Amino acid sequence: MKLSGWGRYPVLEARVHAPRSVEALQALVRSEPSVIARGNGRAYGDSAINPAATLDMRHLDRMIAFDAGTGQVVAEAGVLLGDVIASFLPRGWFPMVTPGTKFVTLGGAIAADVHGKNHHRDGSFRECVDWIDLIGAEGEIRRCSREQNRALFEHTIGGMGLTGIIARAAIRLRPVESGWIRQTTIPAPNLRAAIATFEESQDATYSVAWIDCLGRGETLGRSLVMLGEHATRADLSPVQARRPFETGAKRKRSVPFDFPSFTLNRLSVTAFNKLYYWQGARKAGVEIVDWDSYFYPLDAILGWNRIYGRKGFAQFQCVLPLAEAERGLSALLEEIAETGAGSFLAVLKRFGAQESPFSFPMEGYTLALDFPITRKTLALMERLDQITIDFGGRFYLAKDSRMTAATFRASEPRLRDFRTQLDAQGAARHFRSAQSERLEI
Amino acid sequence: MTQPPVLILGARSDIAKATARAFAAQGHPIQLAARNAETLAAEKTDLETRYGVAVTLHEFDALETTRHEAFLSALPELPRIAICAVGHMGEQEENERDTAAAIRVMRSNYEGPASILALLANRFDERGSGTLVGISSVAGERGRATNYVYGSAKAGFTAFLSGLRNRLAKRGVHVVTVLPGFVATQMTEGMDLPEKLTAHPSEVADAIVKAVARRRDVIYVRPIWRLIMTIIRAIPERIFKGMRI
Repeated sequence: MKLSGWGRYPVLEARVHAPRSVEALQALVRSEPSVIARGNGRAYGDSAINPAATLDMRHLDRMIAFDAGTGQVVAEAGVLLGDVIASFLPRGWFPMVTPGTKFVTLGGAIAADVHGKNHHRDGSFRECVDWIDLIGAEGEIRRCSREQNRALFEHTIGGMGLTGIIARAAIRLRPVESGWIRQTTIPAPNLRAAIATFEESQDATYSVAWIDCLGRGETLGRSLVMLGEHATRADLSPVQARRPFETGAKRKRSVPFDFPSFTLNRLSVTAFNKLYYWQGARKAGVEIVDWDSYFYPLDAILGWNRIYGRKGFAQFQCVLPLAEAERGLSALLEEIAETGAGSFLAVLKRFGAQESPFSFPMEGYTLALDFPITRKTLALMERLDQITIDFGGRFYLAKDSRMTAATFRASEPRLRDFRTQLDAQGAARHFRSAQSERLEI
Repeated sequence: MTQPPVLILGARSDIAKATARAFAAQGHPIQLAARNAETLAAEKTDLETRYGVAVTLHEFDALETTRHEAFLSALPELPRIAICAVGHMGEQEENERDTAAAIRVMRSNYEGPASILALLANRFDERGSGTLVGISSVAGERGRATNYVYGSAKAGFTAFLSGLRNRLAKRGVHVVTVLPGFVATQMTEGMDLPEKLTAHPSEVADAIVKAVARRRDVIYVRPIWRLIMTIIRAIPERIFKGMRI
């Protein structure tokens, strides 16, 4: 069947198997010459597609145990993060780390080593993973943790499914007093101000900025920096405090059809960005928002990827090392503004320090932007790639759909060690995706 | 507030599993009934872990109708809501060649489900409360060359449910007929189903929970199916018999 990632580009023909038990999954790993696991298809590009055999993990979605003392959940890899929240937030627990959508599987979150708005304080998803049951090339299951098969554990987190198939995992949740977030919005008129705000807000649990990537000159990098804290009972109104975990069901909207591709252009995006910035600046200050709106604003619009039309879109996400961040970000933003390529969803975020064999984050700043797929934007993204490399940055594989192997190699000094690890465990030939082939991982 | 127990018959199917989750999410204790019930241990653990509800497993074979009475008597408690998700599609071609296979399809979709629901209906009637949910099929709305053996059994089941509803309407017992249309399940895996007409099992589950709460009689999961079936039923037989549909 035809498969694509969340960006709907590229679209590839692939054979898909949907096993309903770990045993059936093991049998497929043994019988197929090469495989890749696929969770809920939220990676943007071709990370979770293997034309020969893609293993759909969504039926392996059973929870196995919960320890109310430590907040540890044990579950099969196909369980969604949203299911974890639905089950445990009413009991006072929330994921330690969450990406911008709750529609990711645990297996996918581990393989991409996703990060959230608290990376500067709590690190990536890696930090909440206690152990993984990993299926190797012979179909055997190995328990991997910080104590047991440590190298395999470290390389599997952020390893994009190339070390094996994650069958089950144990993750730890954090205790929270409510399902509400105390959000503080701080307008920043330009990039320098935005960075200064992030640097001054290192103590905030959550921080992220929406950035107007069409601002130029004085307004280059104009941003709304949004800080967040889990609200305590004292922060809530008496009505909210009575049932602190009930934030009310949100109405889901969905995008019913593909927008024609002319909908997004320089004019519409510029207008949107101006409006959004001034609205944000006007209501700057503190407000109490529910967890779903705070962490997952786009999840409320099911199928929002369709606004980019039939041809799909690509997301560009890089991280630049702290020392080069301001210069590098300026160069990236100038290039984007110059081209006038629209991006509604431009996000800037400060990362804390992280050492890991193949994960994306490093200490510095990450910039994420969406572009509809056109010849112009594809060329722009190649120029952004080069700027990133020039400033010593690297790329997020969960978002990538179009980078070249040469670009990836130039950005990734860790590639050789990662390959050595794959060879050592005999995984290199067995676990492959269209992305790993394209990038020659 | 303690919620009353929900019995799921044919608990191994994808629709049944999703329905069990939807009711457990509301705090209902769940009774899962299927053949080789012990193999549903992972589902039991899943429901208990996710929703903190009590889950029990019960050996049940829809075709062993002589044991149905004993099965009901052995339940820890008579359920308030019983959902019958038992069914077996078979292969139409095989059903044409092999009478035994065809009879198996007929019994799995009509005789077995009707037998157990009849016994439950009597007990609910005696108690004066309860809701019975039968998952039937749009295939029962009109026989078609491609699946009339399955369709005819579902037609029988739909008629049975309608009669049961009529009989119990004044007795405080409600009967819901579910006509799901295409659903992406193990049964339909590998079939080339149109996306817009195909529901996810969790959609069926949510529709059932809502139908039980609102005491709806006959539901189609995706509204478009009501229109499609109205049209299909309206085609004159003289024309219908020549169609490939």
